Amino acid sequence: MSIWEYANPKKFLTTSERLLPPLWGLSAVLMLGGLIWGFFFTPDDYRQGATVKIIYLHVPAALMAINAWFMMLVASLIWVIRRHHVSALAARAAAPVGIVMTLIALVTGAIWGQPMWGTWWAWDPRLTSFLVLFLFYLGYIALWEAIDNPDTAADLTAILCLVGSVFAVLSRYAVNFWNQGLHQGASLSLDKEENVADVFAYPLYACMAGFAVFFVALVFYRTGTEIRARRMAALIARERMAADA
Amino acid sequence: MIEARDLGVSRGGLPVLTGLSFTLGAGEALILRGPNGSGKTTLLRTLAGLQPPLHGELICDLDEIAYGAHADGLKPTLTVAENLQFWAKVFGVVTITPALAALDLQALRDRPAGGLSAGQKRRLSLARLMVTGRRVWVLDEPTVSLDGTSVALFAAMVQGHLNSGGAAIMATHIDLGVAGRVLDLAPFRATSAAYVADEGGFL
Amino acid sequence: MSALLLRDLRLALRAGGGFGLGLAFFLIVTVMVPFSVGPTPETLAVIAPGVLWLGALLACLLSLDRVLALDWEDGSLDLLATAPVPLEAVVSIKALAHWLTTGLPLVLAAPLLGVLLNLPAPGYLWITLSLLIGTPALSVIGTFGAALTVGLKRGGLLLSLLVMPLYVPVLIFGAEVARRGASHLPLEAPLLMLAGLTLGTIALMPFASAAVLRVNLR
Repeated sequence: MSIWEYANPKKFLTTSERLLPPLWGLSAVLMLGGLIWGFFFTPDDYRQGATVKIIYLHVPAALMAINAWFMMLVASLIWVIRRHHVSALAARAAAPVGIVMTLIALVTGAIWGQPMWGTWWAWDPRLTSFLVLFLFYLGYIALWEAIDNPDTAADLTAILCLVGSVFAVLSRYAVNFWNQGLHQGASLSLDKEENVADVFAYPLYACMAGFAVFFVALVFYRTGTEIRARRMAALIARERMAADA
Repeated sequence: MIEARDLGVSRGGLPVLTGLSFTLGAGEALILRGPNGSGKTTLLRTLAGLQPPLHGELICDLDEIAYGAHADGLKPTLTVAENLQFWAKVFGVVTITPALAALDLQALRDRPAGGLSAGQKRRLSLARLMVTGRRVWVLDEPTVSLDGTSVALFAAMVQGHLNSGGAAIMATHIDLGVAGRVLDLAPFRATSAAYVADEGGFL
Repeated sequence: MSALLLRDLRLALRAGGGFGLGLAFFLIVTVMVPFSVGPTPETLAVIAPGVLWLGALLACLLSLDRVLALDWEDGSLDLLATAPVPLEAVVSIKALAHWLTTGLPLVLAAPLLGVLLNLPAPGYLWITLSLLIGTPALSVIGTFGAALTVGLKRGGLLLSLLVMPLYVPVLIFGAEVARRGASHLPLEAPLLMLAGLTLGTIALMPFASAAVLRVNLR
């Protein structure tokens, strides 16, 4: 029993279909539970008031925005090394989820920033890094869409993902450096991890787990769709070949 | 010099040829025949190392192969001599004079390639083979847009290459008058069964 | 190798080679800037290093589609791939030729265009030096983008979309050097980062470019 058995599209489909209902259920329980707990059963922050509660959307979305890219990187590596089609399709399936997570993180960040910092947008290193990550997602998705041959598209996007990961890390450091060069100190950035007290933390963990499970479920579901689309294209091609012969 | 065993090749993710076996020795010519879309170009690109075979074994030394594509690969703003000189330098061949002579290009030597007729461009593109110094010529439709005289020049060039221990494999529809075996690709056409076998479990 | 470089330079310099287009674009962008932000010398002096860097970057970007596309269209890329030159060397030479015909002229023109933007006096040295160190990275990274999109019919816009995010670190450190240079601030750190980025991309990117080119040639 090896994990590579699931590289077979049919095996992947049957297994993911069995796993999906519990995954949907678990993510719904965790997300709803975490959000309701966080929104209605935690005290307001003495400094930020009720605005702090957007943290329950903002932080999990930001977490998944980065982890989705990381998952795509791993899936791309598996495709490049072992050439399992399902792996390439999973990377393709994760990208739109990742870009939406990035967008949620950016938008909730702006909504949070308005009352807290008095501005919708600041070129804070962390915000800027997410904007750059958004651009990387955009390029990755556009490249998948632009190429007809699925294997060529998988190869090119996989290499773009590898190269992009290196440059995303470089950009992160460059952006950190760049903004300190302008404003000294980080008056606008707020380090979430250290600020959060336990009362806020537990529902936050629930939301983070909920987002993670939701992401896994979405990627399974979307990979299934990609596999079916590939299968349909393959069936059409087979019919055409049979007709030609 | 080339040996293919149970070779299969694919184009755009679809297998086009399967179960192809042949050998090509020094001094031999192999002529590929088959209708459009039968996989001649795909097979030649595979032999040239531009794409991997789908399955089977291909034994050949890529450093022995000179590929002559369907496209001419000429730079219109460079002269005939400059175009040829470039490839001679890339392949480490000293002189382009025999190549110019073989296809009667001496008079056009200093003309920009962009001003040549289609047949003249083709001749220049074929002359490139002489400056590769390689022993196996892999040619895709070499005689397109050549007139009768030029075809004869080309045939003489190929014959000279074979006589000096070279080999050639080419896809062409006309009879060059070069002694060589003919390989009809029609029997090796991939069936949908081959496609099912290669589609990694999607079917 | 040198034959390929000489051929590419010759092609760029002959009629229709597009040499000078990048330079003209750089000039026109710089001229348009005061029209959009106003002619106040103080404002222009502040933004001059950044504008010059951005203009040079865009000029580089717009000339990238010529790096490999012409050789792809006329079939010489197939022939080069079967020639006794590793594809890694081919893409490196292509990037070098792009830099010599586009990047280097931009470096030399930048101080002249700085006059138009009222660049402060110490800035001239540093805009030239930062572009000299940074533009090779732009050419090498751009060649990767050109290799990714070489088989696509209308790859130009996609090329920009793919390459721009990869240009972010180079732009940040390059413009930072020029900006600090113009205002007498210490600039060793960004200068070293920029040099490191350029050396790193020159060493590693050709492998990625050659890999995607092989996929596209299949």
